[in-house]
Amino acid sequence: METKPDIYGWCGRILKIDLNDGSHHTEQIDNALYRKFIGGRGLAGYFLRPFITLPWNDNAMPLLLFTGPLVNTISPTSGRMTIMSRSPLTGAVGDCSVGGSLGTEIKKAGWDGIIITGKSDFLCGLEIINDEIKIVEAKQYTGWGTAATHQAINKKGATAVIGPAAENDVLFSSVIVDGHYAAGRGGIGLSFAIKNIKYLTVRGDKNTFIFDGPALKKSRADVMRLVSASPALMGEQGIARFGTGALYDLIDARTMMPTDNFRKSIFDRASKMNAFAYQQRYHPHNTGCRGCPVLCKKETAADLILPEFETMSHFSALIDNDNLEAVTEANRICNDLGMDTISAAATLACYAEISSLKITPEMLFSLLHDIGHIRGVGAELAEGSYRYALRRGRPETSMTVKKLELPGYDPRGAYGMALSYAVSTRGGCHLRAYPISHEILRKPVATDRFTFDGKARIIKTAEDLNAAVDSLTACKFLFFAASLEEYAQVFSAITGLQSSAEDLFRAGERIYYQEKLMNAANGFSQVDDDLPKRFFNDDSRKDDRIVLKAINRNDFYQARANYYRIRGLNEGGLPTKEKAAELGLLWKV
Amino acid sequence: MESLINKYSTKMISAGLAPAGAPLIALLDADVEWNRHDTLQKTLEQVMAGLHINSLIFSELAEPYKTIIDYLAVSSAPTIFPEDSETRTFFHDFPVCPTFSALELISALKHRKNVIVPKAGIVALGSVSPLQAYVSFSSVCFSCFVKFFTDYLWARRTGRIDKKMEDAFLKVINLLEPPHSPPTLATGPFASRNDILSAISEAGRATVQSRLVDSFFGNISYLACDILYISQTASSLDELEGNIDAVPLDGSSSVGITASSEYSAHRQIVNNTSYRAILHGHPKFSVILSLDCKINDCKFRGSCHTSCPQKREVCGISIVPGEIGKGLSKTVPAAIAHDPSVIVYGHGVFTAGVTDFNEPLQRLAAIENACRAEYFRRAGISSARQWPL
Repeated sequence: METKPDIYGWCGRILKIDLNDGSHHTEQIDNALYRKFIGGRGLAGYFLRPFITLPWNDNAMPLLLFTGPLVNTISPTSGRMTIMSRSPLTGAVGDCSVGGSLGTEIKKAGWDGIIITGKSDFLCGLEIINDEIKIVEAKQYTGWGTAATHQAINKKGATAVIGPAAENDVLFSSVIVDGHYAAGRGGIGLSFAIKNIKYLTVRGDKNTFIFDGPALKKSRADVMRLVSASPALMGEQGIARFGTGALYDLIDARTMMPTDNFRKSIFDRASKMNAFAYQQRYHPHNTGCRGCPVLCKKETAADLILPEFETMSHFSALIDNDNLEAVTEANRICNDLGMDTISAAATLACYAEISSLKITPEMLFSLLHDIGHIRGVGAELAEGSYRYALRRGRPETSMTVKKLELPGYDPRGAYGMALSYAVSTRGGCHLRAYPISHEILRKPVATDRFTFDGKARIIKTAEDLNAAVDSLTACKFLFFAASLEEYAQVFSAITGLQSSAEDLFRAGERIYYQEKLMNAANGFSQVDDDLPKRFFNDDSRKDDRIVLKAINRNDFYQARANYYRIRGLNEGGLPTKEKAAELGLLWKV
Repeated sequence: MESLINKYSTKMISAGLAPAGAPLIALLDADVEWNRHDTLQKTLEQVMAGLHINSLIFSELAEPYKTIIDYLAVSSAPTIFPEDSETRTFFHDFPVCPTFSALELISALKHRKNVIVPKAGIVALGSVSPLQAYVSFSSVCFSCFVKFFTDYLWARRTGRIDKKMEDAFLKVINLLEPPHSPPTLATGPFASRNDILSAISEAGRATVQSRLVDSFFGNISYLACDILYISQTASSLDELEGNIDAVPLDGSSSVGITASSEYSAHRQIVNNTSYRAILHGHPKFSVILSLDCKINDCKFRGSCHTSCPQKREVCGISIVPGEIGKGLSKTVPAAIAHDPSVIVYGHGVFTAGVTDFNEPLQRLAAIENACRAEYFRRAGISSARQWPL
């Protein structure tokens, strides 16, 4: 007779590794914790919180890699996971949702998450096969790019590696999973490097127990029907066909493409740098994360991964470059060095503005290598645009929120995006609320992109949604089509916990508030929930014609005040004891 | 925000979904705004406080939806399962809540976007706009209308009509609006961008006014100079100004990422035929008859919308399977290559014209009127009694 498992969906345990002495142990997780924080970003945040006021490079600062209950199941786009620590770049919560197969392999190895503390005495690799954990010498890979390192170790399982940038203390260094998938933002690569971790490999052979298989198949079909009906995802001009680069023409058409370090919002050569141009030049095929029906990554026959939208946009319009091959090469260099493409491009745009330089393709490649290897001006640029601009006495040229460089949407062209950039717990990030969905892509329906009316609640709700999505885990792109209504059915079928969309929203709200608590503990407040002055002071113009008006600061302040009320923060943007208690969060840890 | 609330109140009434003065609409940001005062506000504000939403609509229903939905709420409780493909795709099913209490409403609305309260009306939600709540409300009405008439035909064929069903049916058919005659539209061909946008907008409005769509949705396109002008996804056909994408057929721009989910079908039609004007609506009786199949023991039962292998037609118009997006993009262009009209199983009708939208609109209306007459023939109602009774 088959015995019933103790738990469905989750593994019920996490792995703790202490690099100070090379020890590791297993910790069982209480079911109540899963209910409150789900997994992924939520659970990682729970385990990060007691340490969040430590310096990011403190020996005891944990590095957290967490999967969710949907990972390693047939739930669509469940092959994602969260990597989290305190961000070296921003000092705020630093998390990345990353695809590939790492999340799936961690789960197959029997772990809901891995928490790494301490520091290895030597550059090391962590190699995990089910319950077998090895810490091995990796000094032979010192200074290696991520591609070569991945190539050398990928037979051991899913891989997560850092490049020279992290080894050289670049504050926006990334982690590259499976050779292609970047955990890019906030400098999470440096959180690996500070612990002397060059790489992680994971392989497992365990199944995840499913509570109700037929119900899972039905709820999966409900999601897939919506995905198929989504023009943004599966349409002829959607992400499945062009990757996220499909957004390039649209953002151009809406005159909100960040150009010349956000001094303009129209790039007059956009039509030769769009996704179609990449298809004509490279004839790529589709690839993507495990369990994904969309497959948004585009790969050439020579195994070259084409840049995604943010990279396409920033390495063209933002730095005034119309050489398509140069964008592809800059993307390759960044990934190989292990640097966030958004921060790298935006920092160069800041440098170009301050220096009144036109960056040629040759200069671009050279500067990226200089950053990755801390050479010449690269040593300054390696600290990101905020610190660089401040040092040069030109802080207004850093297009950042909480020191994190802004991505490829000019906030003067989408006011929900403006608000979400400002209040994001991660800093200048488009993914916390992802209002592009309704302000640009018309999903679930279109909203007026040039008004703050109603946006405070919309942004707060979307933040809660995406916190839940990052914790389950799933891909945010799928929520252009599906909703938590469908994913609650998926979650219930997998875990056996009867859940609703509202239950998941509520967990998302708790997870987000937990991040606000962590940031507040590190001194973040209303002052930090703001946009660069350029967006309030300057219109975006083309030939003396206003294409995007400057944002009215009072309207922004009012929307932010509304957001604080709705989020349960005080007038200064700080968490309150009452709201924390209401959400079941400890006030102090 | 006030104008947004009033807009949807007006739309609900003009679409025949709600009686004048009935819609109660709330929009929530930091504070809640209502379109009017009502004693139910307190209960509904409790509902809003318990959910992650920003808008809510409650209204009693106009006839014939009131009779239809009250009947289905009793006969199908606790959940009504829609059979038309659009509603099934986006809403899955409709819960029925026996009483108008905040707790029970929240309990239902935690799982779904709307809830039916028998004898009272429908509560529907939106997370970013009252438009979502409006669409949700409208979809319940459309879907229940289709289900009611489909169920009746099936019950009649299988001898299972009971008195309650018969009484409801007879009451409902007395309450139906007369068929609409569509107006004459601008004549083509159109060459300039402005003329094209204007013609599309005019045809969209006429389609809505002729009651040939559900929730104001459908899609419409026109080809000129290798550019397909097509309505954007989630756009109301009566408000197309500013909501039309110009998509180059050579694929050199992906700006059509916001185009209708049926873009692929439209593109293939204009690529493979001489038609330049395409119209897609959701006329009710065409959808109802597409669902009316006499084969009881078919092994494809339950997957007719994707896999029906039968060559079916009604009133001389082919019926093809195909879900929204990919499935339909294969079956519809293939059918239109032979005939300028096609009905998609459980979904709606595509029509095509060579020069302008007069032909497609007249065809759409003619198909719907023919299907309506055919429905009553199948239902055993003499043609003299179809309208007016």
